[in-house]
Amino acid sequence: MDNKNNHIMSYRFLGLVLTALLILTSVTVAASMVDLGWLNVWVALVIASIKGSLVLMFFMHLKYEGRVMVISFLGTIFFLAIMISLTFLDVAFR
Amino acid sequence: MSSATDTTGKKIGMWLFLYTEIILFGGLFILYAVYFAKYSQDFIHSGKELSTLFGVINTIILLISSFAVAASITAVQKKEKKRAVLALITSIGCGLIFLVNKYFEWSHKIDHGIFPNSEKLVDGSPGENIFFGLYYVVTGLHGVHIIIGMTLLLISLLLVQREKIHSTQFVFLENCGLYWHLVDLIWIFIFPLFYLVT
Repeated sequence: MDNKNNHIMSYRFLGLVLTALLILTSVTVAASMVDLGWLNVWVALVIASIKGSLVLMFFMHLKYEGRVMVISFLGTIFFLAIMISLTFLDVAFR
Repeated sequence: MSSATDTTGKKIGMWLFLYTEIILFGGLFILYAVYFAKYSQDFIHSGKELSTLFGVINTIILLISSFAVAASITAVQKKEKKRAVLALITSIGCGLIFLVNKYFEWSHKIDHGIFPNSEKLVDGSPGENIFFGLYYVVTGLHGVHIIIGMTLLLISLLLVQREKIHSTQFVFLENCGLYWHLVDLIWIFIFPLFYLVT
């Protein structure tokens, strides 16, 4: 169990992740200035999800954790998806 | 000190708590999504009243502070105590700057008559009222999380200084870091939804 915990992230790699996150931030700002109609929201959400995944995988170490953490996290996202889709099934057909 | 600590167990406990946080903010995002679908034009109009610059600056600040926390864990693992302390001070400082920005942002809005139950919002369009209602609830709740996160990081800082957190025992710092990253993660979604709706 313990040797998995000893994974050390190098400063350099963490710096690269930070750089990627900053670049994606400027991309999302730039994309919001272009009028894509209804696509704008989806572009913003996709970029936010990519940024979120970077934070989760590297800053939060999820990539290096055991299966329990990964599966339980995906389970949470799955439940969130159920919440969202059932809400819209209701709202969209009123 | 021969008692073994269950590092994995402690981390799973922290993650379980983070899941409840995800569902908490997830619920607010669902509210946003439903009303965005209903009042798209009002939301887009209201979003333009928020300063993109403030949003961008706060995003950069939180990303840097998240990096600093991750770096502090690396430093503790490498037994570089000074660097760990410096990184934690940086991240707490970033949190403080974030809150100061938020203070200016909110007071600017309040000066313009935009606050819950203000005449401007109550007499205005329903979409605008809902947008700013959600803005105050979501960023306010997020701000509370920033304050809690800063407190946790401050405790970690003291523990690192007293060498209660060291290269073989740092799960407390890791869990505080997880909380801080989650606060950053939530902001990553708040930022485009409120500041960049066009």
